[in-house]
Amino acid sequence: MTMINAAPRDDFRLSMLIYDTRYRAITIQLFVLALVLAAIWWLGSNLQANLEAKGRPLSFEFLWSRAGYDIGQTFIPYTSDSTHFRAMLVGLLNTLVLALLGCFFATIIGVIVGVLRLSKNWLVALLTSIYVEIFRNIPLLLWILVIFVPLYEMTPAPNAFKVTDEMIASGTEPAASMILGGTVAVTNRGTYIPGFLFDRGFEAGWMTALAIFLVIGGSLAAHLTLTARARRVQEATGVRPTTWWKSLIVLFAPLALLLWSLGFHLDIPQPPTRFNFEGGVVVQNPFVAMLIALSLYTGAFIAEIVRAGIQSVSRGQTEAAFALGLRPNRTMNLVILPQALRVIIPPLISQFLNLTKNTSLGIAASYADLRGTLGGVTLNQTGREVEAMLLMMLIYLSISLIISSLMNVYNRSVQLKER
Amino acid sequence: MSDAFFRTEMTPPKAPPITERGVVKWLRENLFAGPYNTILTLVALYVLYLFLSSVIPWLLNGVWNANSLQECREIVTASAGEGATGACWAMIRERWNQFLFGLYPQDLYWRPAVALGLLLVAIAPVLFPKVPRQLFWLTLFYPAIAFFLLWGGSIWTPIVAMMGFGVMALAYRLLVPLSGVTVAAMLGVLAAVLWWLFIDAPLAEALSAALPVGLQSVGSDQFGGFLLALVIGVTAISFSLPLGILLALGRQSDLPVVKMLCVGFIEFIRGVPLITLIFTAALLLGYFLPRGTNFDTILRVIILVTFFAAAYLAEVIRGGLAALPRGQYEAADALGLDYWRAQRLIILPQALKISIPGIVSTFIGLFKDTTLVSFVALLDPLRGVTSVVRADLNWKGIYWEPYIFVGAIFFVICFGMSRYSMYLEKKLKTDHR
Amino acid sequence: MKKSVFFGALAATTLVAGMASAATIDDVKARGELLCGSSTGLTGFGAPDASGNWTGFDVDLCRAVAAAVLGDATKVKFVPLTGETRFTALQSGEVDLLARNSTWTMSRDSELALDFVAVNYYDGQGFMVKKDLGVSSAKELDGATVCIQTGTTTELNLADFFKQNNITYQPVNVADDNEAQSQYVAGACDAYTTDASGLAASRATLPDAENHIILPEIISKEPLGPVVRHGDNNWGDIVRWTYYALLIAEEKGITQANVEEVLASTTDEEVKRLLGASGDMGVKIGLDNAAFKNAILAVGNYGEIFARNIGEGTSINLARGLNALWTQGGLQYAPPFR
Repeated sequence: MTMINAAPRDDFRLSMLIYDTRYRAITIQLFVLALVLAAIWWLGSNLQANLEAKGRPLSFEFLWSRAGYDIGQTFIPYTSDSTHFRAMLVGLLNTLVLALLGCFFATIIGVIVGVLRLSKNWLVALLTSIYVEIFRNIPLLLWILVIFVPLYEMTPAPNAFKVTDEMIASGTEPAASMILGGTVAVTNRGTYIPGFLFDRGFEAGWMTALAIFLVIGGSLAAHLTLTARARRVQEATGVRPTTWWKSLIVLFAPLALLLWSLGFHLDIPQPPTRFNFEGGVVVQNPFVAMLIALSLYTGAFIAEIVRAGIQSVSRGQTEAAFALGLRPNRTMNLVILPQALRVIIPPLISQFLNLTKNTSLGIAASYADLRGTLGGVTLNQTGREVEAMLLMMLIYLSISLIISSLMNVYNRSVQLKER
Repeated sequence: MSDAFFRTEMTPPKAPPITERGVVKWLRENLFAGPYNTILTLVALYVLYLFLSSVIPWLLNGVWNANSLQECREIVTASAGEGATGACWAMIRERWNQFLFGLYPQDLYWRPAVALGLLLVAIAPVLFPKVPRQLFWLTLFYPAIAFFLLWGGSIWTPIVAMMGFGVMALAYRLLVPLSGVTVAAMLGVLAAVLWWLFIDAPLAEALSAALPVGLQSVGSDQFGGFLLALVIGVTAISFSLPLGILLALGRQSDLPVVKMLCVGFIEFIRGVPLITLIFTAALLLGYFLPRGTNFDTILRVIILVTFFAAAYLAEVIRGGLAALPRGQYEAADALGLDYWRAQRLIILPQALKISIPGIVSTFIGLFKDTTLVSFVALLDPLRGVTSVVRADLNWKGIYWEPYIFVGAIFFVICFGMSRYSMYLEKKLKTDHR
Repeated sequence: MKKSVFFGALAATTLVAGMASAATIDDVKARGELLCGSSTGLTGFGAPDASGNWTGFDVDLCRAVAAAVLGDATKVKFVPLTGETRFTALQSGEVDLLARNSTWTMSRDSELALDFVAVNYYDGQGFMVKKDLGVSSAKELDGATVCIQTGTTTELNLADFFKQNNITYQPVNVADDNEAQSQYVAGACDAYTTDASGLAASRATLPDAENHIILPEIISKEPLGPVVRHGDNNWGDIVRWTYYALLIAEEKGITQANVEEVLASTTDEEVKRLLGASGDMGVKIGLDNAAFKNAILAVGNYGEIFARNIGEGTSINLARGLNALWTQGGLQYAPPFR
């Protein structure tokens, strides 16, 4: 009879590196690591040699030189005298604002369409299916163009709003007029909406903003305390005190008072005397076009995700909800959607990431995003393609990682808690 | 007895009320069930009306026979009156070939056409299980055949290159009994690489000199339109699938170094927009290769697009792997299968099956994204060829027609793919719900 | 060194351009083909026609160089390049010659390691506006929205011009020429700015050309010309003197049609040298003596190229202006051919 062998002793032989499964893992990993490191070293040394041959070693100093070009939409002060770095920040902000709003609207569109696609209304179900299929199967680049062009082809030019002395004399009306009581003008360059002006504001603009911010924050806090108290009372006595009018006062009275004391009034855009509207705030068409295109495109994908999520909730849940006497609306809101959410969130995250990355097609609608500034004009004018591209990739990568980690945290919080 | 009334036969059923039958019932149930639904219907009808009322006259006024945009405009004005607009399809009629083939020599159009036809035959055994299995041989050799048809040149170039795979398989077969799967695979790849680096070029040259058989060679600068989109799309798709599977397995691997590398690669590629990768291919790749090395832009773009697709596929397949019950892995272990056998026979077939919808939608996305190559001046159908057409004085200023034409073709191809994925999903659904 | 580099299974000789060596001329001759960087489609200057043949003002220069170097004007491969990829492609040896109306600036000449060898078109940046705007000078454009093609020197000129004149504007940076034109026509911008030649080409194709005017101000100098890599002076000489040969041909009245005739009857020593009948001017820069004759035979003289592609009579209808010969009050002036 053979004895069960004792565990192999540590007499290590070289061949064990290949044949012994315990060591083979290490061998393979070392081998792969060496291979990858060698490849990286090879690429790096090539890069260095190539750049040296061009006489331009890797350097990011171009970021601090004068940019010399202008950008259409800027959220921070920028002129052609600013640096390339500032141009990059302008582009980055444009990208982020677009991505943020795009995700917001895409989610709304996606949820509505996803629910409507399951509607019993034949026409609505048909139209939403057509919408989803058309947007999913045609390149985004085309959608951007298709949405951008009508925005400027079918809307009036600012000129059409112009009122000249001759027109007053002859009593003719301008070709186009402002909407919403003469406060908003939709033109082929953008939509002009009223801005905020303060007659008696603080010297520094940021002080005004801070004051408003503090008051709003205070009001919100007061409102939350109010409702929390109401809930405590409800839990203790079963009767919820009426809070809605208190909330209204707490929320809006301080703000109204502050705005009045600052001399707040709307800055209504005035029809052009020369080329463009004066005053007000303009939401430019490239931005609107990108926002609509990205929201509709991503919305179609989200709609599919939402539909699949809803269908993944078993039929019994709906039936149970109906048995409890819930109406279809409430069944959807209280029973189906919360359960579907767990299936929906992970693919939703990757759609948000896609949308963010797709903002880089902004140039097709003349939108100056990060790729348009840093990866477009700056790259072109300085000829620093290696630096500009590396920087751009790094920024996009950081944005993506931040979004996905934030969304993963949220995902974990809505996951089914298994005990 | 009183003559009581007995009914001896049933009265025929009354016709249901008008609201419960025929068109009216359908309308009521499907369009006007309740106020909320009615509003939805009316809104939908209004949207439909707005769209159709602006588009239909334009389509109806379309002109097919003209030599320039000006002529189109004149014809539309003459036939539909002053101020009317109409589509100028005459441009498509004159330039359709450039949208499909780019600048490919016109007398050689049969070659891409045959390549496309063979492609359909070659993927048939992959797509539909009823097709004879022998066709798989065509699938295996299709890359070489398609390369030869599209680029032309000596027939020996693709043959010798394919022989590299033969060398790989041979080395693997010979070494497997000696050194196990992993090492044999590595050595096989090494043998193939050595073949391509040192033997391929001289052998191909010698064979071409001895037996010059070939087609007229066509440079890839002449590729464009949907030919280009398909070349990039199909190549990237077929190479990214194996790469994606390897990456997904690597990400699940127990070997920390391998896992880390795969995660790093996947997250990097997924974190940056494809357009920056395409720019990298066109602008930066040269910096990372030895001085003076230069190869075709299309090939460079294909390589980076393949990486891009592989990273996405890896995530899709990882989802499939994660969805498999733990018991499957344990069962494979219990049967005594080694890692590769377990993957090949038990894990991957199931995981891939679950991932099919995701894989197909990645493919659709990839195909649509081939339009982005216009940003590096390749002649993609959407912007590349369109800008070429518009540079012609005759067609300068034309806007919607090329986009509609190209969009329609994209839609047909992508819609077909998504329908196929739904068919497959249904067919593979072996569980009972 | 001529060695193919292989990459993966698909890599085959046709896909691989090969290693760029020090002398471009040797590469071109070995390859039997000139790689010429061109635009992705610019009316009159370079675009493929319905049958895929490239035509245009810049394209003809490439053909002339191919005829001079290889003796065959058809042996050119045109590589379309965007504003962003053009210089990198030239530096990395993807193209031998860039003929894609690129503006000669100091920083491009020095920092980007490129050599501008000649100016084949003197251009300048202008503005086009609609007539009913009532603007007669670019200085009246205070507050206007201006469409501009991104990735070009025009962006920088525009910023400088408005800053100098202390007026403001709202830029719309558009991806390409056609989009810019389309936005301008719809009135999404008040003015469209690009090189004057481009404006003329755009205006020529508008359905209501008479309603648009090109403002008198030319706000920049835009010398456009062929570009080669820095460091290969011989190749630079070849491109430069091929171009000058076309100019001299116009000056001396040599046309595509009468080359042989002139060669047989001329008594002008410079013409003889140009056409290779005496001296060894071609051999001196590594070509045949008949190289320049071939170039003229292939595309005609400078005036013919101009007239055929963009000149008066074509629908682009550009006047010679600055691009007339120096003898006719223009700037086109070739050094003596001796």
